[in-house]
Amino acid sequence: MLDAYIYDTVRTPRGKGKKDGTLHEVTAVGLSSRILNELAKRNNLSGHAVEDVIWGNVTQIGEQGACLARSAVLGSDLDESIPGVSINRFCASGLEAVNMAANQVRGGAGDAFIAGGVESMSRVPMGTDGGAIAIDPELTMKNYVVPQGISADIIATKFGFSRDDCDAYAVESQNRAALAEAENRFSKSRISLKDQNGIPILAKDEMIRKTDMQSLGSLRPSFKDMGEVMPGFDKIGIMRYPELEKINHVHHAGNSSGIADGSAAILIGTEEYGKKYNLKPRAKFKATSRIGTDPTIMLTGPIPATERVLKSAGMEIGDIDLFEVNEAFASVVLRFMQAFDADHNKINVNGGAIAMGHPLGATGAIILSTLLDEMERSDRETGLATLCIGSGMGAATIIERV
Amino acid sequence: MTEFKYSIDSDGVAIISWDVPNKTMNVMSLEGLNELDKHFDSALSDDKVKGIVVTSGKRDFAGGMDLNVLADMKTTQGENPALGLFNGIMQIHKLLRKIELAGMNPKTKKGAKPVAAAITGTAAGIGLELPLACHRIFAIDNEKSKIGLPEILVGIFPGAGGTTRLVRKLGAMNAAPFLLEGKMLSPSKMKLAGIIDELTDKNDLLSRAKAWVLNATDADCIKPWDDKSYKMPGGEPYHPNGYMTFAGASVMVNSKTQGAFPAAKALLSAVYEGAQVPFETALKIEARWFTKILMNPSSESMIRSLFINKEALEKGAVRPKDIPNQKVEKIGIIGAGMMGAGISYVSALAGIKVVLLDMKEEDAQKGKSHAENLLNIGVKRKKIDEKKKSVVLDLITPTTKFEDLKDCDLIVEAVFEDPAVKAEVTKKVEAIIDKNCIFASNTSTLPITSLASASKRPEQFIGIHFFSPVDRMLLVEIIKGSVTGDMAVAKALDYVRQIKKTPIVVNDARFFYANRCIIPYVNEGAMMVSEGITPASIENAAKQLGFPLGPLQLTDETSIDLGVKIIKATRAAMGNEYPEKNGDEVSFKLFEEGRLGRKTNAGFYDYDEKGKRTYLWNGLNETWPVKKHQPKFEEIKNRLMLSQVLEAVKAFEEGVLEDIREGDVGAILGWGFAPWSGGPFGWVDMVGIQNVVNMCNTLSVSEGQRFAAPQILLDMAKNNETFYGKFIKNKNAA
Repeated sequence: MLDAYIYDTVRTPRGKGKKDGTLHEVTAVGLSSRILNELAKRNNLSGHAVEDVIWGNVTQIGEQGACLARSAVLGSDLDESIPGVSINRFCASGLEAVNMAANQVRGGAGDAFIAGGVESMSRVPMGTDGGAIAIDPELTMKNYVVPQGISADIIATKFGFSRDDCDAYAVESQNRAALAEAENRFSKSRISLKDQNGIPILAKDEMIRKTDMQSLGSLRPSFKDMGEVMPGFDKIGIMRYPELEKINHVHHAGNSSGIADGSAAILIGTEEYGKKYNLKPRAKFKATSRIGTDPTIMLTGPIPATERVLKSAGMEIGDIDLFEVNEAFASVVLRFMQAFDADHNKINVNGGAIAMGHPLGATGAIILSTLLDEMERSDRETGLATLCIGSGMGAATIIERV
Repeated sequence: MTEFKYSIDSDGVAIISWDVPNKTMNVMSLEGLNELDKHFDSALSDDKVKGIVVTSGKRDFAGGMDLNVLADMKTTQGENPALGLFNGIMQIHKLLRKIELAGMNPKTKKGAKPVAAAITGTAAGIGLELPLACHRIFAIDNEKSKIGLPEILVGIFPGAGGTTRLVRKLGAMNAAPFLLEGKMLSPSKMKLAGIIDELTDKNDLLSRAKAWVLNATDADCIKPWDDKSYKMPGGEPYHPNGYMTFAGASVMVNSKTQGAFPAAKALLSAVYEGAQVPFETALKIEARWFTKILMNPSSESMIRSLFINKEALEKGAVRPKDIPNQKVEKIGIIGAGMMGAGISYVSALAGIKVVLLDMKEEDAQKGKSHAENLLNIGVKRKKIDEKKKSVVLDLITPTTKFEDLKDCDLIVEAVFEDPAVKAEVTKKVEAIIDKNCIFASNTSTLPITSLASASKRPEQFIGIHFFSPVDRMLLVEIIKGSVTGDMAVAKALDYVRQIKKTPIVVNDARFFYANRCIIPYVNEGAMMVSEGITPASIENAAKQLGFPLGPLQLTDETSIDLGVKIIKATRAAMGNEYPEKNGDEVSFKLFEEGRLGRKTNAGFYDYDEKGKRTYLWNGLNETWPVKKHQPKFEEIKNRLMLSQVLEAVKAFEEGVLEDIREGDVGAILGWGFAPWSGGPFGWVDMVGIQNVVNMCNTLSVSEGQRFAAPQILLDMAKNNETFYGKFIKNKNAA
């Protein structure tokens, strides 16, 4: 088996994923093609420079429909001989794209790939692509399907995280992100997104804000009504977790990941590829994993995904120097730390999606970029990125610097 | 035999009149389906016929499908009953679709012969599914008629196009109460709901329907779903509004049924999948799911208990033969407390004269006021009018004088549960009443045989055990003492039929049948609390089994002090045989704490100041800490299930129950025992006796001898038998 290396990582700043977000004016193809162009330019890629573009994208409808990956390639300066494939592993799509690319390289099915993803949540809202999982009675009843927010609240209830625990975690995420921004720690991967005239549109992640326990305390729980009243998802959660008498609704807009727009791309190739293009490898893939879990609690996937990726790498949790655990909801990360008795000082050290947002299809690639940048900045050897995934899955990747 | 009469009137309207000979209510048979098919072929091919009216020759339109139709379909394809059912159901779809299209040219959508349904009275099941396939539905405006699709109540769903047509007519949201709850409404309410098109006077029904048929245009004969521009009301599943409806529907069906009723799930799948395809494909999908549910043992058990056997018991399946009708004319009720007052009310409501006796005038009056309150609620809800209210109230005579009981032909004693008090009442009453009068005790705990020892004529002494609240509970337990005679049994059964409740007859033994099964269930709950099993798991296990109340909540409702009283009495009665392992400490602790249940606003649960139950009391965890290693949820479920089922089986083994049908129907109606199972015996048959024995073997090792398999189960397992196969010989009941 060959080794797969990361040669470069690029990402857009994350914009607020609503109509008043700065990136709302940019199409999903526009976000994608500009980030592909940036990667090509930085690495002098030309012609049939990579085997494929594997592009994570969740809501594949409207302008994100019809194989957005191919549209992104055609909209970019990349050669038309490079195809493109859109993939959907919900929140881990960006990481899954990277893992697929790395594994194809390792297996010899191509010298190099561009992998990453995009999501314009402001332009193509989450959930607008329908899906049987939420409404087909054959699926919903057998699997006790509930929305993610209810799952996050089930985690909090079952594993004993209070509203204060979750809020404190969120405040820390914001503080860490603000510090990272102040110290310019994101500048290696993050570009300033410009328009067709070269005029900057957005240079920094725009959702970081100052917050404290008091201001978060005033927010209403987001999933209480749908859980307790209409249509009453809590009862479904309790059917699956009958040891619970009720579900504590602790999550709200302030301790959950933000709705965001953004894109990220990673250049992955063999050692030979680097020599051919005169590129210096930054990190090597140690192992990748993906796993299915109970769809009701849904978001605990990072735990078995991590166990699996560690096993595959022949490592133990203590061998990992730095973690990125996607902050889909505060309870997801709190449960991860609880399960592995892991040190918060090694996890999401520059904040995460609670502070900066979670553009679904891109986040996996963004957090891997952030992880590698921080490994280089703080001189650590080994890093692990993992995400929880809708309908009960998890994915993880271990990289080490070379 | 002719079930549908066919005639053509002078205006060229074919009248197809449903009139099954020798029956008061039309039911659809295979023969009927064939006749209907033949008549439609004639009408559609006969140029003289301009239109068709389908009506009934009886006061009502139809009660539904003869269950033999489905049973017969199962046999048509040899070893493949599902295929037989599917083919048979598709045949029905084909017929109804023929009626619906009525010769319409599929391209021009012209040339259909108008078909009207003229509903004379009550129309249920196929009785509404047939009209739904017609072009217009007329019904006589009579508040007493009930129209609807009640299939779900017996564990199936409307499978002759009713599901598909109603959803397409009303949309999934508006069709839900009719399909998922089996709501039956009067014609005027069905018109408001958009299901019936026109209301008529009794005498106008046929002429109005004929007039419509003669004047209908081609457009009038195109069903909305056969029109190109059709859009489902409320949206299809992947329409934004429809998506929300379907997302909510799954949640509500699943949480309400706790996953225990396969028919509701299958119905919802038929609706969801059917809503995304053309109409005739939707019918095929409906047929697939309907077949699936008819093949499900749960549906079979539910139909057996809630339809066939419930009706059989109400019609006197266990009544002593050769005794003439013992209709009650005048009933004497002793004791005007909650039970006595409730019994007075249901008796008067059935038109029986009531003498309600209590020691004090005001208490007797209070008993009558209870009836008045219930009647006022009825008036408020427009269920009865003021006139009916006063007629009922006038039937109740409160009194303090025993002489007033003189002309009564049935006495029901509902005084304090104390043998001495009851004995005294028995003597006093017997001194007054006629020699033919039957004396009944509404005791829930005291053996009838010993109470009868106070009687001069114990063969006329019987137990009639009502459940509380009397006006709402459907079951009445009739208890025979050791010498109770057939006349008393017949009297009690005829009385129960008069008040429109369902009777079961059992022999005298501690706690009779219902309480015998319920008490071990609540004890098991308390025992699990004392073992450190998470209380929420106990309650949720009960809910997922389909029991209306968890054991802890049920204890709160019936009160802790009653529980403590029963424990003490049982201990005294059993002496050394009282099981060592029990959950009594839990009841005693709650009793000491003054947490007596709902009535003290504190029990296993906490209650808010308005008396609304909130959450389980934290003190439970403090006294009996939740243990780290919890048993599997299945094990909790099995303990709760078997605690009741084994008692039912033992009651049958000991001869307390004489008929398993009574055991099953009684359990469902009496205390809401998992209706999806068809009752304890239905459950055993469904799970398989050997599997039940295996469960018993496992639990008797870990939990004790109370779970040891009764001999009858061991014997039956050895011979690979089932309860219904061995003890009930009836094709329909199988």
